[in-house]
Amino acid sequence: MQSLLLSIRLAACVSAILFVVGLPLAYGLAYTRWRGKFLVESIVALPLVLPPTVLGFYALVAMGTQGPLGRFWQATFGHGLAFTFTGLVFASVIYSLPFAVQPLIASFESIDHKLLDASAVLGADALRTFRRVILPMSTPGVVTALVLSFAHTLGEFGVVLMVGGNLPGSTRTISIDVYDHVQSLEYAEANRLALILLAFSFVVLSIVYAVNRRIGRRVWAPWPAK
Amino acid sequence: MAGEINAVALSLCIRMERRTRNAASFVLDVSLEIPPGITILFGTSGAGKSTLLDCIAGLVRPDAGQINIDDATVFDSENHVNVPPQHRRIAYVFQSLALFPHMTAEENVAYGLPHLPTDQRSARIAEVLQAFRVENLRRRRPAEISGGEKQRVALARSLVTLPRVLLLDEPLTGLDAELKASIVDDLRAWNAAQKIPVLYVTHTREEVDALGERVVVLDRGHVINQGAPHEVLDAPRRKKLAQAAGFENLLDATVVELREIDGVMRVRLAESSSEIEVPLGYAAPNDRVKIAIRAGDILLATQYPVGLSARNILAGKIVSLEPRGSMVVARVQAGVSFTAHVTPGATRALELTAGKPVWIVLKTHSCHLLSE
Repeated sequence: MQSLLLSIRLAACVSAILFVVGLPLAYGLAYTRWRGKFLVESIVALPLVLPPTVLGFYALVAMGTQGPLGRFWQATFGHGLAFTFTGLVFASVIYSLPFAVQPLIASFESIDHKLLDASAVLGADALRTFRRVILPMSTPGVVTALVLSFAHTLGEFGVVLMVGGNLPGSTRTISIDVYDHVQSLEYAEANRLALILLAFSFVVLSIVYAVNRRIGRRVWAPWPAK
Repeated sequence: MAGEINAVALSLCIRMERRTRNAASFVLDVSLEIPPGITILFGTSGAGKSTLLDCIAGLVRPDAGQINIDDATVFDSENHVNVPPQHRRIAYVFQSLALFPHMTAEENVAYGLPHLPTDQRSARIAEVLQAFRVENLRRRRPAEISGGEKQRVALARSLVTLPRVLLLDEPLTGLDAELKASIVDDLRAWNAAQKIPVLYVTHTREEVDALGERVVVLDRGHVINQGAPHEVLDAPRRKKLAQAAGFENLLDATVVELREIDGVMRVRLAESSSEIEVPLGYAAPNDRVKIAIRAGDILLATQYPVGLSARNILAGKIVSLEPRGSMVVARVQAGVSFTAHVTPGATRALELTAGKPVWIVLKTHSCHLLSE
């Protein structure tokens, strides 16, 4: 159970960070045009195609005592990043980035551009337009982004294995735990955890799809329109 | 504008070239002075009307030129002035209206007033909602109200900010004439107090007649005429204008006789012996004129019609029938060749076929006189 709680804590941290990082990133990718944009788009999409072990390997190297991120962290906070919960969060944020950014881009781009023009003509600057028009109209995208980054982080294995190691309570996530149990031929224990993860993921995804369907009729409004 | 202290005027002189992928580049080159009151911007689609409004609003940047509202410069390419749209104080109602779908009518209207104290804000909103007769829709969202109501809310939302200029891009399309007229009346009433320039884009002649104090005709990015509607579009009309307004029939004719007392004259069509009666124009007998008739204004009859107010009945024969979408394009030879639009139902009911003799019926006022 400890591993499940750890996984949930990790997924919650990662979703929160991705929400903050993802909104401006998606805004930039959806609404602005600049020369190097395709490069950033590729970088954001990389975790979709790279094997988690490759991503995890580079994350480990970067966080290691010789890596740039690791040295910076060591100098600033007095301890390393590799094999810590924080390190896991870092790697997971990158690993789940496309799952947060792409739903946001898709829903930003689906907004009729005339609405943004109307907002500007009515005196609103970009920030107000974002807050009052783009964000409330992107609720399904935001919910999808949050839930997908949460669910994706919850289910990650390769990256955690590379970066986190297997320390109970700080880096042993549920997927690692399942793997360990299988390795030790404890199938009953593995099955219990796997089933929890399966049920949890299914419920979460059902919520995403249900919300996406219901939002069309605006049954609930998470963003008060004032 | 001496003496009218309130009156704001818009003046602009802009040039813009837009290269399109298929070679033909579009050039917008316009110089205009727009006084307070409603000015119609008239032209076919693709004439550059919406682009011109986008430039004035600041949504599109012209290549060169200047745009002034009264004494304030909002765009000047030479001095690198380009005030962003949110600071121009120009209201713009799009054809799609662009009401925010997630806000109620009242929230939409309040959108442009974030900095006002609450009491002033509510007063202003109440006033404009009343002026456009939509107080009862306050709590409804755009999806829950009718087309005409949406148009009223969109106008209210734009005007509540007390803009210096109002731009309207065919905001009343799709409404019936009566509803349109009542909305325009409300707009006029509002503007009687504000006295701002209103630039109203349309491509339909009916709207020019209904609204017009002043009309500017735009064709392929250039102003080709401006003035009072009856001067610009009626009197000696230019052929280009007729084509812009969508007349399918352009006929050469010779004036036979003027009947000033009835306000009509008789003309003979081209080399034929067919004569028709058209509205009186600046012409003398034996003058050569052009007559423009819309294909939709021509009636076809299979028997000689009697008891009809239409003055022109010509015998002819159907040359061809060509279905096009929800209508049939009929070519009829009656001394000269006519193009008429009929419905598929009428085609069947009258058993129209190529070679069948028909009568062409034309109302006098469906025949528009053009000068050479």
